[in-house]
Amino acid sequence: MRDAIARLKGHPAAPWIGAAAVALALLVLPFVLAAAGTTWVRVTNLAILYAMLAVGLNIVVGFAGLLDLGYIAFYAVGAYVYALLASPHFGIHWPFWAILPVGAAVAALFGVLIGAPTLKLRGDYLAIVTLGFGEIVRIFLNNLSRPVNITNGPQGIARIDPLRLDGIDFSKSGSFLGLDFSGPIKYYYFLLLVLLGVVFVCLRLQNSRIGRAWEAIREDEVAARAMGIDTTRLKLLAFAMGATFGGVAGGMFSAIQGFVSPESFVLVESIMVVSMVVLGGMGNVWGVILGALLLSYVPEFLRFTVEPLERELFGRTLIEPEVIRMLIFGFALVLVMALRPGGLWPSSVRKRELAARNTP
Amino acid sequence: MTRTSVLVVALALAAASGCSDKKAPASGKVSVVIGSVAPLTGGIAHLGKDNENGARLAIEEANAAGVKIGGRDVQFDLISFDDQADPKVGTTVAQKLVDTKVSGVVGHLNSGVTIPASAIYNGANPPIPMITGSATNPKLTEQGFKNVFRVVGRDDQQGPAIANYLAATVKPKVVAVIDDATAYGEGLANEVEKTLAAAGVKVLPREKGTDKTTDWKAVLTKVKGESPDAVFYGGMDATGGPLLRQGRELGIKAVFSFGDGSCTENMKQLAGEASDGLLCSQAGIPPQAASKKFLDAYKKRFNIDPILYSPFTYDAANLLIAAMKKADSADPAKYLPELQKIDYTGATGRIVFDAKGDRSDAEMTIFTMKAGVLAPIAIIKSGKTVKYEDFIAQSSAAGAGDAAKK
Amino acid sequence: MDIFIQQLINGLTLGAVYAVVALGYTMVYGIIQLINFAHGEVVMVGAMVAYSVIGALGPAGLPPLVVVLVATGCAIPVCMAIGYAMERMAYRPLRGAPRLAPLITAIGISIILQHVAMLIWSRNPLAFPQIVRVESYSIGGATITNVQIAILAISVLMMAGLAAVVYRTKLGTAMRATAHDPRVAGLMGIDANRIIALTFVIGAALAAVAGVMVAEYYGIAHYAMGSQLGLKAFCAAVLGGIGNIPGAMLGGVLLGVVEALGAGYIGDLTGNVFGSNYQDVFAFIVLIGVLVLRPSGLLGERVSDRA
Repeated sequence: MRDAIARLKGHPAAPWIGAAAVALALLVLPFVLAAAGTTWVRVTNLAILYAMLAVGLNIVVGFAGLLDLGYIAFYAVGAYVYALLASPHFGIHWPFWAILPVGAAVAALFGVLIGAPTLKLRGDYLAIVTLGFGEIVRIFLNNLSRPVNITNGPQGIARIDPLRLDGIDFSKSGSFLGLDFSGPIKYYYFLLLVLLGVVFVCLRLQNSRIGRAWEAIREDEVAARAMGIDTTRLKLLAFAMGATFGGVAGGMFSAIQGFVSPESFVLVESIMVVSMVVLGGMGNVWGVILGALLLSYVPEFLRFTVEPLERELFGRTLIEPEVIRMLIFGFALVLVMALRPGGLWPSSVRKRELAARNTP
Repeated sequence: MTRTSVLVVALALAAASGCSDKKAPASGKVSVVIGSVAPLTGGIAHLGKDNENGARLAIEEANAAGVKIGGRDVQFDLISFDDQADPKVGTTVAQKLVDTKVSGVVGHLNSGVTIPASAIYNGANPPIPMITGSATNPKLTEQGFKNVFRVVGRDDQQGPAIANYLAATVKPKVVAVIDDATAYGEGLANEVEKTLAAAGVKVLPREKGTDKTTDWKAVLTKVKGESPDAVFYGGMDATGGPLLRQGRELGIKAVFSFGDGSCTENMKQLAGEASDGLLCSQAGIPPQAASKKFLDAYKKRFNIDPILYSPFTYDAANLLIAAMKKADSADPAKYLPELQKIDYTGATGRIVFDAKGDRSDAEMTIFTMKAGVLAPIAIIKSGKTVKYEDFIAQSSAAGAGDAAKK
Repeated sequence: MDIFIQQLINGLTLGAVYAVVALGYTMVYGIIQLINFAHGEVVMVGAMVAYSVIGALGPAGLPPLVVVLVATGCAIPVCMAIGYAMERMAYRPLRGAPRLAPLITAIGISIILQHVAMLIWSRNPLAFPQIVRVESYSIGGATITNVQIAILAISVLMMAGLAAVVYRTKLGTAMRATAHDPRVAGLMGIDANRIIALTFVIGAALAAVAGVMVAEYYGIAHYAMGSQLGLKAFCAAVLGGIGNIPGAMLGGVLLGVVEALGAGYIGDLTGNVFGSNYQDVFAFIVLIGVLVLRPSGLLGERVSDRA
C-alpha cells in the first residue's frame, strides 16, 4: 500500500488525481452519511464549523504563536450578530449576505480590542488574559437582558432565520437532479464551500510575507523586531484575522441551530478548539482540520456505539455508557499526546524543530 | 498492520455491532422505542439521571403488565441519550432519535436545550411527540409546535404561585431576589419579581451567582445590609443548599423561598439545620399525596429516593403509552391526536393538555421544611390557594363521589 | 462599615483557599513551566476521599476534630499518589515536547479523574457531613465562624511551612536549583526527575487539604467541583506572578477579596446598572489591568518565553 502511494507521488498528474478523488468523495459524502442517518450529516456540519474555528485559531496559535484561550468569544460575537439581525427578537430580518460582513467586522473589531492590551504579554500570561476576555464576553451576553434587553440573557434568542440564498431555503428539503436534498445536506455544501475558502486564504497567507513574519515572531519576537518586522501590527493582524473567521463560523452556527444562548460559548468550548489545533498539529492547516474532525466525531461516535457494544459484550450495561464515553475520550487525549507530542499531523517546521530538540 | 489500521478495524467492529443489534425483541413481540434525553454528565447530571429513571420505571412497568397494540404484544424499549445540557448536543441527539424512528420522546431537562431540540422533533416526518417533565420556560410551548407537550408547570405559573403565597403569608415589605443566571433560574426569578412588584412589595436590585457558585457570602452580605423580610432564589439544589446555609451563618433572619429546582429533600443535608422553615414550590401535586405507589416502586427499582422531576418523566412516559393504547397504534401520526385530548391521572395528579400543549390548570404545591422533612402546606390551583389538609379532604371526597356515581 | 468588614472576612477566607490551591499550580510551573490544569481535580479527589472517610467513621462516635484529622490524613496520601502518577505517566514522557502538548494531556487527565470520581461517588452533589459545630463570633458588627478562622489559620500555617521547605531546606534548594536550570542542577548531583515528582506530590498534598477545607466550609462536594476552583486558583497564581510562591499567596488572597468586594459593591458603584452578576467580570478586569501594567504578575520576574 505504502509503496503504491510512494510511486504515485512521483507522477506529475498525481496531485490532480488525488484532488479529484477527494472532491468526488466530499460531494458524495452527505448522501452516504444520510443513508446512515441524518444525525451524521448534522454531526458533519458541526465538525466543519469546528474545522473553520480551528483553522481560524491556528492563525493566532499556530502561525503567530500567541496562545488564545478565549477564542470562542469571536464565535459568540458572530453568532449573536446574526441572531440579533435575523430574528423576531428585534424584529429585524436582514439577509445573510448583509449580515456576514457585519458579523465578520464586529468580530474583527473585538479581535483588535482584545489584542491591543495584550501585546506586551507573553506565553501563559497572554493565555490567561485571553481566557478572561472570553469569559467577560460570555458574562455580558448572559446579563445584557437588563436594564435594557439586548441579548435576552440566559434565555437565549430563538427562531433565528435559517439561511436563504437565491430563493433556496436551507431549512427545508428540496430536490435537485432527482436527488433529495434535506436541510442539513444543503448546509453541508454551503459550509464546505466556506471552509474551502477559509483554507485557501490561510494557505496563501502562510506562504506570504505576512505568514513568514508571523513565523518569525513565533520563533523569536525580539529577533523579529530587530529584523524590522512591525510586531505590533502583525500580532494585531493575526488576532483580527483569527477573529474574523471565528465570527463567520458563528454566524453560520446561528443560522443552522436557529437558537443561540450563552451556554454554547463557555470556556470549555475555547479549550476544545485549542485542543483541536494542538492535537491535529499546530501550524499545519490540514492537521488542524484533522484534529477538528476527530474531536467532533469521536465523542458522537462513542455516544451511539458504547451502549450497544457493551450490551453485546456483557449482555447488559455494566458501567454507564456516558461515563465510558468520557473515559475513552480522556484516555485518547493523553495517549495521542504521549505518542505524538507534536500533534497527529505537524507542520514541516514543527517536525524539524521536534527532531532537533530530541537529538541534542 | 499499523497502529492506525488496528484502530480502524476496532472502530468498524464497534460500528457494526452498534448496527447489528437493531431491535430483534425476544418472543416475537413488536418493539416500540421511546427516547429519553437528559444531561447524564456535567453539573446537573444527578437530575438528568433522575429524569431517565422516571421514564425507565414507567416503561418497565408497562412491559411487566403487558401491553397490546394493534392486536400484537408490544415490548417497549427505552433508548437513553446524554444531551450534556448543551443546546448543540441536544439537537444532535434529537436528530439521532428521529433517525432511530422512536415513537415518542421524554425530555429534555433544560429549557435552553429543549427549545432547539423541539424544532427537530417537529421537523421529522411525521412529527414525533415530545413530552418534557422539567423544562419550565414558557417559550417552549409558544412556538406553535403541535407535537410538544409539558407535564410540569410553566415559570409563569410557578413564579406567581410562590410569590403570591409569600406575599400573602409572610407579608414582606422588602424582598431580595437572587438567581443563578441560567435560563431556568432567571426566568423563574423574573416571574417572582413581577408578581411581587405587582403586589406592592419592594424588590431589591437583582443579585446573581452562577449555576456553579458555592460561595454566596459576598452576595448575601450585601443583601443582609438591606435587611429584607424574605429572600427568593431561582436555581438548583446544589447551589441553593450552600446559599441557605451561608445566609443563616451570616445571621440573615428573612424567610427563604426557592423554586422547584431546589425544592428537594437534598436540601436538608445540603443546608443542615438552616433548612428549617424554608418555603418552596413544586409544580403539580406532591408525590406523597398523589402516588405512594410511584415512590415505593422507584425506591425499590433504583435504591434511592426520587430527586426532583422523575414523577413527571414517569408520567410523561406513561402518557405516551396511554395515548398509543387509545389510538391502538404506536405511529406518531396516529396517536398524536389522542395525546392532545388525553385525560390521565398519574403520579403528579390529573393531566389534561391545553391547546398549546401545556398542562391545563396545573396545580402548584407550596412546601415547607419542618424538622428535616418537606411537608406540603398549600395547593394553588387556578389562582386560588387551598390549605393542603383541605385539598386532601376535598379530593378524597371527590374521589368518593366518583366512586358513588359508578 | 460592618458590611465592609464582613466582605473582607468573606474575601479573605475564599482567598486563603485560592492561595493554597494556587500554590500547587505555581510550584509545578516554577519548576518545569507547565500549567497542570488537572490540579483542580486533585482538590476534588481530596474532598471526596474525606467525604467517604467521614461517612465511614461517623457511627464510631469519635470527637469531630479527630474525625476530620483522620479524613484529611487519608485524603493526603491518596492525592499524593495521584499527583505522582500524573507526573510519572502523563507529563514525564512529554518533557521537551512542544509547550501546548501537556495542556491537552492535562485536559485528558481532568476528564478521566472527574469521571472516575463520578463512578465512585455518584453524580449527586454530596452533602459534606458538618461534624464541626459552626460557632459564630462577632467582630465590629460582622460575623466570623470558627470554620473560617480554622481555614485562615491552616492556610497561613501551610504557606509558612511550604516557604520554610522551599527556602530553608536542602530539598528546597534542590527545587530552586532545578527550577533555575535542570541541566546544571543535574550536573551538581541533583536528580531532577525526583525533584520534579516531589514538587507534584507536595502540590497534591496541599490540594488535598484545600479540598477538605472547601468541602467542610461550603458543606458540599461534587465530582465536577474541581474545575471551577482550579480555574480561579490558576488565575490567582498568574495574578501573583506564576512560578513565584509568595506571588501565589498574594494573588490568591487578592483575588478572593476582589471577588467579594466586586459582588458587594458593583451595584452601588454603577447605580445598579451592573450588579453582582458582573463579579467575575470585575475580577477579570482587575487581573487584566494588573497584567497590562505588570506583564509578569505582581511578584513575577521577567521570564523568557519559550512558546
